[in-house]
Order: sequence, then C-alpha cells, then structure tokens
Amino acid sequence: MPPLPIPAAAPLSWYLTLSAVLFALGVAGFLYRRNIITVFMSIELMLNAVNLSFITFSYKLKQVDGHIFSFFVMVVAAAEAAVGLAIILTVFKNRQTLEIDELNSLKN
Amino acid sequence: MDALLFMIFAAIAVVCGVNLILQTHPISSALSLIGVMGALAALYLLLGGEFIAAAQLVVYAGAIMVLFVFVIMLLNAGTEHKTPMGKGTWAKYAGVPLLVAFLGLVAYLVQSIVPATDNVVFGEFRKGTALEIGRALFTTYLLPFELTSVLILIAILGAIVLARKEID
Repeated sequence: MPPLPIPAAAPLSWYLTLSAVLFALGVAGFLYRRNIITVFMSIELMLNAVNLSFITFSYKLKQVDGHIFSFFVMVVAAAEAAVGLAIILTVFKNRQTLEIDELNSLKN
Repeated sequence: MDALLFMIFAAIAVVCGVNLILQTHPISSALSLIGVMGALAALYLLLGGEFIAAAQLVVYAGAIMVLFVFVIMLLNAGTEHKTPMGKGTWAKYAGVPLLVAFLGLVAYLVQSIVPATDNVVFGEFRKGTALEIGRALFTTYLLPFELTSVLILIAILGAIVLARKEID
C-alpha cells in the first residue's frame, strides 16, 4: 500500500475549516439539545471555534493582535459562564427543571 | 509531521464535538467539551500561541469547565427526557444533511480564498510568548484590559446576587 499523500505542513485553510466545523457543531448542539446546561456548553464550543480562527489569522498576519482578542474572548467567556450558571441555578430553584421546553412562560 | 499532528488533534476535536451533541447526559457532554478544549490547546501550540494554549488549559478546561461540572453535580442533572417530536421532526431529519452541505460549501469557499501554499509551519510564528502578549496588553490594549477587570467584577457581583439564598 503506498503511503497516504499527507503534506508536510497543514495548510492554513484546514485550520479555518476545522474552526467552521466546530462552530457548526456548536450551533447544532444549541438547537438540538434540550438540557439548558448542554445548550450553554454548546455556546462555549462556538466561542472556542472562533478563538481558533483568531489564532489562525494571527499566524497568517504575523501579528499578536489575534492572541489578544482570543484572550479577551476567554475573559468574557469566564464572566458569561459565572453569570449564566448563576441564572441556571436560579431557574432550577424556581422551576425545578432544566428542560428548556418546559421553560415556556413567555411563549404566546 | 505538522500535518499529521494537526489531523490527530483535529480528529480528537471533531469527535469530541460530535460526542458533545450526541450524549444525553450533561456530564458526558462536559467531558467531551474538555476534550475539545485540550485538542484546541494543542492546535494553538502548533500555531505558535504558547501563552494562549496555556490559558486555554488553565482558564477554559480548568476553571470554566470545573464550574460547569460543579453546577451539574449541584443540580443533580440527569439524562434528558425524550420529548415527543412535534414541529421538530422536519428539523431532525433535514438538519444534518443541510449542516453537512453548508459545511462543504464553507470548506470549498475557504479553500478557494486562502492560497493553498499558505502552510502552517511550527516555530515560524514567535510572537505568541507571554512577553509579547503582555507587552501588547499593557501598551496598545491597556484600556480594554482594564475594562475587563471591571467586567469581571460586575460578573462576580451579578453571580452572587443571582445565586444567593433568598432571606425572607
């Protein structure tokens, strides 16, 4: 069997495509899952995918700015996780459920 | 070698990401997300971002995911209930093919826009060190950096106010 034609270095487009794939997986998880914690984790997956794009473009442009932006995304994600999980705790305390389909007081 | 490493870690990231969606128990999803974050940290390292790779492991996989696992344990979150498929049936069967088609389109566009000769060579980008990032953070980005400290303070206060026990 001949060796697989693997290039010596991965092209930049592979990284960007992987970022798109992970972002799409995050969107799919956000739409499909019904547990509020899993929905929240899908958002984190999307943030991670965007971070990969930032780092890739930072490599391409030979500038450190992409790293700074992805650092800020991490900071915002940490703040968002703290507040979001506190909201989830409050929702669970008041409604005794984590299913987003049952949290429909604002519907209609 | 670089391409092989990329393929290994990209495969780990994608498999863990798919597992995140498919698992019905939140703790399995959380562990899959930690897998995605670990693989992404390795990819950041390949791209020359050593500081960001370390921050990814410490902040994301370490702090944020521990918070998630804490809440999952605290709320004793179990497996999702199966809700009857009403309006979602169409989305359930058309969603995955549409997603794959969309991703194919995106991949094609990226391949056609980004020149194929643009390769990622490990060690070529040397500005990802803590020194360079710290320098940029405390000169060019000083104001945003200080603003994030205010943001985090507000987030902490908000979390405490939201999650405290009501005293009647």
